[in-house]
Amino acid sequence: MTQTGSGLLQPAPADQFGPVIPGPPIVRRPLALKVPVAFAGLTLLAVVAFVFGSDAGLTTRFSLASETDFFQLPDFAVPTRPAATVLAIIMAGLTLLAFQSAAQRHKLGLWLPSVFGLAWILSFMVWVIAGKTSTWTIPALLAASLSLSIPLVFGAMTGLVCERVGVINVAIEGELLAGAFLGAVAASAAGSAYVGLIAAPLAGMLVGALLAVFAVRYWVDHIIVGVVLNVLVTGLTSYLFSTVLKSNAGLNRATQLPKLPIPILGDIPVIGPVLFRQSLLVYLMYALVVGLQVMLFRSRWGLRMRACGEHPEAADTVGIQVNRTRIRNTILGGAIAGLGGAFFTIEMGLAFNKEMSAGKGFIALAAMILGRWNPKGAVAAALLFGFAGELAQMMGTMNTPIPSNILLMIPYLLTILAVAGLVGRVRAPAAEGTFYRS
Amino acid sequence: MRLELRGISKRFGDFWANRGINLTVEPGEIHALLGENGAGKSTLMNVLYGLYQPDEGQIILDGEAVKFTSPGDAMAAGIGMVHQHFMLVPVFTVAENVVLGNEPVKAAGLIDAKQARRLVTEISERFKFDIDPDAYVEDLPVGVQQRVEIIKALSRDAKILILDEPTAVLTPQETDELLTIMRELAAGGTSIVFITHKLREVRAVADRITVIRLGKVVGQANPSDSQTEMASMMVGRQVGLQAPKPAAGPGEVALKVGNLSLVSASGGGLLQDISFDVRAGEILAIAGVQGNGQTELVETLIGLREPTSGLIELNGESLAGRTVRQILDSGVGYVPEDRGRDGMVGGLAISENLVLDQFEYPPFGRYGALDYKAINSNADAQIKAFDVRVGSPNDPISTLSGGNAQKVIVARELSRELRLLVVANPTRGLDVGSIETVHAEILAERAKGVPVLLASTELDEITVLADRIAVMYRGRLVGIVPGDTSRDALGLMMAGVEQGKALAAVGAALPDQDDSVEGDLA
Amino acid sequence: MTSSNPLTPKDEPPEGSANRSSASPASGAAPAEPPPGSGPVEPPPGSAPAEPPPGSAPAEPASGLASQPPLPGRFTIALKEILSGSWLLSILSILLALLIGAILIAASNVEVQKAAGYFFARPSDLFAAIWDVVSRSYAALFQGAVFNFGADTPVRAILPITQTLTASTPLIFAGLGLAVGFRAGLFNIGAQGQIILGSIFAAWAGFALHLPPGLHLLLALFGAVLGGALWGFIPGILKAKTGANEVIVTIMLNWVAVYGLGYLLTLDAFQRPGYNNPQTPAIDPNAQLPLILGPNYKTHLGFVLALVAAGGVWWLMEKSTLGLKFRAIGMNPDAARTAGINTDRCYVWVMMIAGGLAGLAGSAQIQGTERVLTSGIAGSFGFDAITVALLGRSRPLGTVLAGLLFGGLRAGSYAMQSVTNSVDVVLVLQSVIVLFIAAPPLVRAIFRTPDPEAVRRLKVTARAARQAQLKEVGR
Repeated sequence: MTQTGSGLLQPAPADQFGPVIPGPPIVRRPLALKVPVAFAGLTLLAVVAFVFGSDAGLTTRFSLASETDFFQLPDFAVPTRPAATVLAIIMAGLTLLAFQSAAQRHKLGLWLPSVFGLAWILSFMVWVIAGKTSTWTIPALLAASLSLSIPLVFGAMTGLVCERVGVINVAIEGELLAGAFLGAVAASAAGSAYVGLIAAPLAGMLVGALLAVFAVRYWVDHIIVGVVLNVLVTGLTSYLFSTVLKSNAGLNRATQLPKLPIPILGDIPVIGPVLFRQSLLVYLMYALVVGLQVMLFRSRWGLRMRACGEHPEAADTVGIQVNRTRIRNTILGGAIAGLGGAFFTIEMGLAFNKEMSAGKGFIALAAMILGRWNPKGAVAAALLFGFAGELAQMMGTMNTPIPSNILLMIPYLLTILAVAGLVGRVRAPAAEGTFYRS
Repeated sequence: MRLELRGISKRFGDFWANRGINLTVEPGEIHALLGENGAGKSTLMNVLYGLYQPDEGQIILDGEAVKFTSPGDAMAAGIGMVHQHFMLVPVFTVAENVVLGNEPVKAAGLIDAKQARRLVTEISERFKFDIDPDAYVEDLPVGVQQRVEIIKALSRDAKILILDEPTAVLTPQETDELLTIMRELAAGGTSIVFITHKLREVRAVADRITVIRLGKVVGQANPSDSQTEMASMMVGRQVGLQAPKPAAGPGEVALKVGNLSLVSASGGGLLQDISFDVRAGEILAIAGVQGNGQTELVETLIGLREPTSGLIELNGESLAGRTVRQILDSGVGYVPEDRGRDGMVGGLAISENLVLDQFEYPPFGRYGALDYKAINSNADAQIKAFDVRVGSPNDPISTLSGGNAQKVIVARELSRELRLLVVANPTRGLDVGSIETVHAEILAERAKGVPVLLASTELDEITVLADRIAVMYRGRLVGIVPGDTSRDALGLMMAGVEQGKALAAVGAALPDQDDSVEGDLA
Repeated sequence: MTSSNPLTPKDEPPEGSANRSSASPASGAAPAEPPPGSGPVEPPPGSAPAEPPPGSAPAEPASGLASQPPLPGRFTIALKEILSGSWLLSILSILLALLIGAILIAASNVEVQKAAGYFFARPSDLFAAIWDVVSRSYAALFQGAVFNFGADTPVRAILPITQTLTASTPLIFAGLGLAVGFRAGLFNIGAQGQIILGSIFAAWAGFALHLPPGLHLLLALFGAVLGGALWGFIPGILKAKTGANEVIVTIMLNWVAVYGLGYLLTLDAFQRPGYNNPQTPAIDPNAQLPLILGPNYKTHLGFVLALVAAGGVWWLMEKSTLGLKFRAIGMNPDAARTAGINTDRCYVWVMMIAGGLAGLAGSAQIQGTERVLTSGIAGSFGFDAITVALLGRSRPLGTVLAGLLFGGLRAGSYAMQSVTNSVDVVLVLQSVIVLFIAAPPLVRAIFRTPDPEAVRRLKVTARAARQAQLKEVGR
């Protein structure tokens, strides 16, 4: 019941008996209408809600600059209903394109869904902030989105490092929380946020090591270990919070990593402040993502690790220690998530609090799946979730037509839709969640 | 390199897979390890390759005792192995698979892709393999994948090459090519251990032959010995010619398949315009190298896949698009090719597996409740009728040997009145005794007038059982030929050569006399 | 894998079960060496047993016949059997968890830390301090969960055990639901959301409708089942139709339920008049589950219903055709499909049954304990239920017992808080218990108890030897 990606009807090689079984395939692949239909639905929604749902005569104001900018870009305002109409027309055009390429059995590229998504979100924003007196600062929105996606990116990279080697990691949540805890405690005790930045990965590594021991060494179902480790870390950190940290206030102070603006890059309009006036943690994140993207597909380390996740027997027969590789990667993954956990405390400048990772580990898992086990894809998904989360938070404060609880659901609903539709056919590492006897 | 195994023993729990095995392979020698399925050949080679640790005994290379704790050790010592189930990562390219574990690297641990490609091309050219180093392994036909495996072993300077049942996935012509390559390698000084249960190949290529039975060496044979002698040694009793199957008395057309096509979810063509019919009391065999659409065809017939177009009719009743449940209920029996995966639920009891597709119906299930009394008495009856060796019918079926498990599956499928029997590779991995039982049961159904569709990758099995043979290649039906068509012609058709050309190429459609004994041994 | 390179199991040595869904690909091949270190490894709970764990029996001389081991006595075998059993394993796991909990309690205690500071001056102080805080903590746990020795009235004295029963009710319900899913091979992490939906429906039916006694109760219960089943239906149908991974979908649905509940509680229709914090009106007395131990105790009819549900689940899984389908799918979905079982439909049924049972956990909260719907109605029952089902090994009786244990921990944790300053140590106990339960070789290695597979082999050998002796005598 396995499905081959390519099918059997490839052109047959010619041999001494001449070409075999000629003729092109007469069966066409079935129509793939899921995406175009979804586009059509979304376009319709945009027309009904954003075009006709907005009051005529309102304007929407965006601001592009933050006060400290080197170049000051002016704000701009657009009339709401015409702007929404234009965007709706663009979306309708893209929908038609999608139908057309489905009819021709072409695969949809990446650009079409991306542009469509952008247009839809824009038109949504045009509608939501129509007529609001406070202007929306786009850089602030983007910066906050990036900030919210930091733990998601780290978490998704953890999931990737683990799953590519064949270990399912649902303990990302626990690893984040552990990192947040130890990061805060170490930073407070040492009086330096950078010490916290060193300590946080250690906590994550510890959780990762437990996952590795149970899932790889003792063959406990990976999901079971993950779920239970989350409970364990929650229990442990909450307990220590209520006891040790309560009685020693000096161990849990708010410490913050300083921002380190990069001289020239930081002055680029709009994206400069967003990307390059950040703390060391964020720069580490950039390096991590780029490094993983390269190392995963081009290095010996990446090749061996993927072999363990795809076909452990094959890896074993060429002398790769499958379980050792898995254990190492799982612990490395823990370190990454632990570092990401530092976001909650020393990046945000907060003291540790009970269960402060608040389910981010699970969204990170979803981002990894949405990103198809690829660093760049996972980052894109994490940024999208960060953006959605930030949008929800801003609108919660802005008396918008949509209740904040409903907005907060969006990332989760998106993930469900994606898992059911877009990701349904994506291939996870073949040996994910299995055990190997070496 | 001279290899010597001394007194190798390996056991799993109470079971001795190898017991006191002695074996010597001289440099440049092709040494065949002959034995039927389950005799312990693969275990022995896995011991040699460092995948298992022997419980006793020594491995001696060029006079020096060595100890392998992992395949890495064995490879470093110059031993390479082509496994029966290829050890290739499907989503990697050829070059990536070849260098895996032995990667040429540049700075920062990055792989030197150019060097990797060159490694593949060099060896590939030496043996005229014509392999693209950048092709993804999953896109390659099985025969080519095997060559990738050979390149992989040679790229690590293997002095001793172990080939584990390498011909199982090849057409007869590809097999001949492989034998030629083996001879070339041996001539160049490589020692080859050739594991097989096929006598003809052994006689064609081996310098020396060691026969293994039930985990022990039972003797040496010479390539000049007759096949009957070798067969008796291998099986441990006289193996005569199997009595020819009774003449066919085909009746009306029962199963009619017309212009059947199947497209995978990702748009790839799996079956292309397939038409054939099967008459009552006739065995139609579907021949072909593994992975040419036979599995998909059978799964479509049984309702596991929905055909994209075309018709399937059983006694005039359409089966296309019906559910598995409906198709089973219309009198179709099905013995799947992968019994561990599709034929049985390992954790359920033997008795439950014996009613796995019937427990919803009386007498086993009534108003949603199971009647374990009926299930158990059915189990007792079937176990007796099919001579299944079990401890208790309530043990999990996973405790049974392959042959006994297959008997359970066959018993289940034949326990009701059938209007069509579909069997796929029904004897894969079974010992000779079980093979005989299963073949007899299939012929018995044929005698009862049941139409039988047999999909098999073993030509030997097909020549024993088939009344007519339909050959598949890349999802298409190459042609339908009589059951006594020669192996060579079938082999050409399995490689995609059209029926007429294939028959013309081998001269005539004469039955191949040489095959009768092997057919028996399958 | 590609269709051209299927990983068909090899049949050399005797074939093991090739349970693709959970066993390793390696188990399809011949059994290999045990993992480094101690005893052999067991497959994860829920999977079919793989190969007999190899290599643990002592090697015998290869030449000639197997030497006859000394015949073990029946008593020895019986003892070893008890020592290798899963019950003992559970008890040992609980003991280990209590030990770890004790270390945690001691380490975080101020008195202990103080005593450790002058350890070399007076080491006995440290041990005294440790003993004091640990014994007081666990005594409080016991008195809070089972029997309060210090109570002034008998009614007070047995109050703790009734609180345990109350707290265990939702755990048992939800744990049963998860257990059904686990056995059908579905990893349902969504009990939390299903409980929330069940409690929303039950609460609405309870406060918005006004019906005669009996009928109202039944209708609210039905609502709870419906709500939970609806939340189970979604991942079920998505898995059946699109192959969406139920782990991800149920995790996401938990959050959707949380925010959905948050939204509902902002609506006027769901606001209790005269209250500032978001909560619904109290449900009608007619919709409340009657208290079964009198007005002094909060134990309600839900506990009895949970026991009945456990019986029902037992019948369903062991004696019904649907249950056999579920089990077959859980062990080997491919073979189940090939045998004509409609796996898609079964996935939907399993998830709806699981959701319905979790919904009843919500009704136990609404109709039994809380009477009003708040945002915290589901507590952490949904996640705790996962550990309950795991500890109970997905069997009804086991789930009931595990539910009682964790219910007791929960009830006792509040009493324990007076000593430890936190209820959260219970979470640690809970997770450590389940970790140990899931890794039997680890526990066996710690306590050096025999391995069940070795015991089984010993029994077979002994039986054979005994039969051989009988034959000798007969001759």
